[in-house]
Amino acid sequence: MKDTILRGRAWVFGDDVDTDLIYHNKYLAETDPKEMPQYSFEYYPGKENFAKEVKPGDIVVAGRNFGCGSSREHAVYCLKYAGVPVVLADSFARIYYRNAVNNGYPVLFAPGVAKMFSDGDEIEVDMESGTIKNLTTGKSMHGDAVADLEKDIMAAGGLIEYLKSKATE
Amino acid sequence: MMGKTFAEKVLGKHAKKDVVAGEVVTVEPHFCMSHDNAAPIARNFKKIGVSKVWDPGHIVFILDHAIPAPSDKHAINHYEIREFVQEQGIPNFYDVTSKGGVCHQVMCDEGFALPGLVMVGSDSHTCTYGAFGAFSTGIGRTEMAATWATGNIWFKVPESMKITVTGTLPKGVASKDLILKIIGDIKADGADYMSVEFHGPAIEAMSVAERMTLTNMGIEMGAKNAVCPPDAKVMAAIEGKQKTDAWEALWADEDAVYAQELSYDLGDLVPCVAKPHTVDNYAPIDEVKGQKIHQAFLGSCTNGRIEDLRGAAEVLKGKTVVVRTVVIPASWKVYRQAMKEGLLDIFLDAGCVICNPGCGPCMGNHEGILAPGEVCISTANRNFKGRMGNKESFIYLASPLTVAASAIKGEFADPREVL
Repeated sequence: MKDTILRGRAWVFGDDVDTDLIYHNKYLAETDPKEMPQYSFEYYPGKENFAKEVKPGDIVVAGRNFGCGSSREHAVYCLKYAGVPVVLADSFARIYYRNAVNNGYPVLFAPGVAKMFSDGDEIEVDMESGTIKNLTTGKSMHGDAVADLEKDIMAAGGLIEYLKSKATE
Repeated sequence: MMGKTFAEKVLGKHAKKDVVAGEVVTVEPHFCMSHDNAAPIARNFKKIGVSKVWDPGHIVFILDHAIPAPSDKHAINHYEIREFVQEQGIPNFYDVTSKGGVCHQVMCDEGFALPGLVMVGSDSHTCTYGAFGAFSTGIGRTEMAATWATGNIWFKVPESMKITVTGTLPKGVASKDLILKIIGDIKADGADYMSVEFHGPAIEAMSVAERMTLTNMGIEMGAKNAVCPPDAKVMAAIEGKQKTDAWEALWADEDAVYAQELSYDLGDLVPCVAKPHTVDNYAPIDEVKGQKIHQAFLGSCTNGRIEDLRGAAEVLKGKTVVVRTVVIPASWKVYRQAMKEGLLDIFLDAGCVICNPGCGPCMGNHEGILAPGEVCISTANRNFKGRMGNKESFIYLASPLTVAASAIKGEFADPREVL
């Protein structure tokens, strides 16, 4: 495994952040993942400038049920290709979680994480152990790192890469 | 031995072993449904490096999100889908023709949704087919591409929630009011990752169409799937049109173990809305009654069926709508039936416009986009900020009866007062 420690600046979101807030349906006809980051969180009140201001390495922190709603993978790609290395949330909606794993995109279930951060705080996450630190306030907590089949898919880089590696075994 | 839930029975049958909640199983889904997003899925499929899908007979494409194509990007997607259909020899393709409509409605109209099948779709409202006793759930594009290639998909056998419903619907109250109330109570993540089972005499008394409104909105409380018993009404609905013989009526055991149990009495319900911008933002109609609206939308996979149109027509007959009212039957089959029954005349006489079957304005593609500050009352399933195209607009979800009553008043109105 690569270096498992990630450090970045927090962007903090609330509960039930739906897929239209993350990536609006207006841009669904776009199919090139590299074009998707420019629309990230355009509809989220107070975070309209996310797409312009986000820097590679910044980390998205959210409350309960992140990614509820549609099955669109744009909502994963728009963050992945913006260079956001991981999303930390109290919990994830089922399809969002699965889409993230299937695209090799790291997400961490960390109940209570949204309350531990404010916008701009410095985060350190150990993806292997699940330890999350707020370097600005000194607080820390544990998230649930992915396990089992999901971990194998993630390690391969996503479901398509996982299937290819199986086929050549 | 302990009894089994519906999910444990169906996934166990298809995994060919005894399973309990929490286990991971790999199963072959019987039907894999995709709509306009079949184009990017086909591109993902090609990256896997296999030339043919595992079995074209298991794949169904139904164009509905933006039909006929409103932009060149949509047109190009549709073009790519037609090419892929040809190349792979996919027999079940519903193009922009009078056999089509909203994908979930067509899946149910045409006999794909059947008891005991495992079905997946690259659309979150695939959970609708549970009204026919299927285990059906939405998946993403990468996962769909992988499923086309391998014929397999993994699931964690979900824990189950049992919702028992008794009583009878008061006049002016619909199954939409029940599901909005449930989601309002347990919230948008209240059934996250779970299989939701609807039980009880009131469910048995409902039409399959009313049940489809319940299962369709399972995803709005986070459920993996939602299901009703495969009873005589379901048997009558699938009679003579089953697309496979592989189905089997399966249902939960009496002594199955549930993670959570809820009960509702329909007699306690009132007409309601889900206020902007979350589906769990429940309000009884009294709370919003009298507030001005600008548009009404009657249609979608949630409430665009003939039964819904009949209900709305009963309210609209001989009346005039005072806001723009967009009516979209869920499929051309529904459209024709509405035409035969004279419902379309009732809508036209009332001043409504009728669009071609499809998703219409539900996710903001076309046919009824809102302007900033405008309020729409809609029979669809999502009221997320900007869902109908403009982020400064407001979407309220309601039953067809409440939408129709509000359209003739130009404000949120109680259908019990006009019926």
